Amino acid sequence: MARTQLLETADEAVAGIEDGSTVLVGGFGLAGMPFDLIDALIRQGATDLTIVSNNAGNGEVGLAALLKAGRVRKVLCSFPRQSDSYVFDELYLAGRIELEVVPQGNLAERMRAAGAGIGAFYGPTAVGTSLAEGKESRVIDGREYLLEYPIRGDYALISAHHADRLGNLVYRKTARNFGPVMAAAASTTIVQVNGVVETGSLDPEAVVTPSIYVDRVVAVEERHYTVQGAR
Amino acid sequence: MTDLFHAGTAEDHPVETGTVEHLDRGPLTMDELAEVIARDIPEGSFLNLGIGQPTKIADHLPAELGVILHTENGMLGMGPAADGDQIDPDLTNAGKVPVTELPGASYFHHADSFAMMRGGHLDVCVLGAYQVAANGDLANWHTGKPDAIPAVGGAMDLAIGAKDVLVMMTLFGKDGTPKLVRSCSYPLTGVGCVSRVYTDHGIFEVGGESVVVRATWGISVADLEERLGMPLATVA
Repeated sequence: MARTQLLETADEAVAGIEDGSTVLVGGFGLAGMPFDLIDALIRQGATDLTIVSNNAGNGEVGLAALLKAGRVRKVLCSFPRQSDSYVFDELYLAGRIELEVVPQGNLAERMRAAGAGIGAFYGPTAVGTSLAEGKESRVIDGREYLLEYPIRGDYALISAHHADRLGNLVYRKTARNFGPVMAAAASTTIVQVNGVVETGSLDPEAVVTPSIYVDRVVAVEERHYTVQGAR
Repeated sequence: MTDLFHAGTAEDHPVETGTVEHLDRGPLTMDELAEVIARDIPEGSFLNLGIGQPTKIADHLPAELGVILHTENGMLGMGPAADGDQIDPDLTNAGKVPVTELPGASYFHHADSFAMMRGGHLDVCVLGAYQVAANGDLANWHTGKPDAIPAVGGAMDLAIGAKDVLVMMTLFGKDGTPKLVRSCSYPLTGVGCVSRVYTDHGIFEVGGESVVVRATWGISVADLEERLGMPLATVA
């Protein structure tokens, strides 16, 4: 689809996500988490999903709510276990969800490879560890590497700060995290933003994700969630 | 406090005084240990501090040292923890704690953040550990217990990516078991990746022919050898 669709509601934005899809979900903890799109996906009803995300949900909002609704078959993530990941923990310990742990940098680079048309790559992370089991390895210039395959999404659900009407995206601070790589790695990229601005009003030098990667955009109310301050 | 720093061992401050035993006091507190490590961070380094105890090191880095903090969720130039009105949910560190930005900060996406790590651009990282082996093997991601939920985060990428990997930990577990060992019994994070281990009881160089103890606090080298069950070399 050439032109990015600007949609009125998050429900319209997630329409058509099929059962069994692989969905890349942005965010690092709560920063950059596309809450409204996930809530809409819960209402939409798609199930048997494979979710690729850095974490496996916090508290009972966002990804944790999707897990709690029983829609997720498998999670690929780097860091499921957190102080407030009890929804995932219970499902996992009950054997009701599959987990593939992927080192954080490999998670990012494997999605980057998918978006960049790379068939596979050799990376040094996890050599000699249990996460290397079953992977092809090769010594290049005296150093051992593991063969890593791309992670593609049928859909990406991400959050950005602003989009213009063409779908060019800018982010805010560390909420950028996985957004740009996921936008490129999915067949259909769906973005929630805090605001849509007129085309031409974003500085072209500052655009982080060009519109070519973006399929659907919806503006949402800025959500004020609580984060714990320093102790 | 100055006796904490007899063991200053940054490359630009070579130690010529040999191994120092500080027997007139007990082991270091974690804050004192953070201060000792901060003294060894070379001027102008790009530095990543692991989640947990290593974040304390930032409190002891003088601004004039020009150290730039990297956080793997996508930022260089990270400032101190945010408080009150400074708290911004879009600005956190790798431990998801709200932080601040310093002048000259930059943001980048995750693939770039780990590319700068893996690509050898990051000078130093300091990580916590369950165990470190004499050969520099690191175990810090998984206890290996059957009911434990594995979570690796960026630990494996950091372990093989940073040019110099330092460990900050207590030398003994709560049950007194040594955490500096001949070979790790916990699942490995990285092979032969650690260069130096900073602990409450001493500083050790690993990965060479023998483990070299640079300094001790509250215990002699001879007693350490006995408690660790391994021979220790001293600084010539």
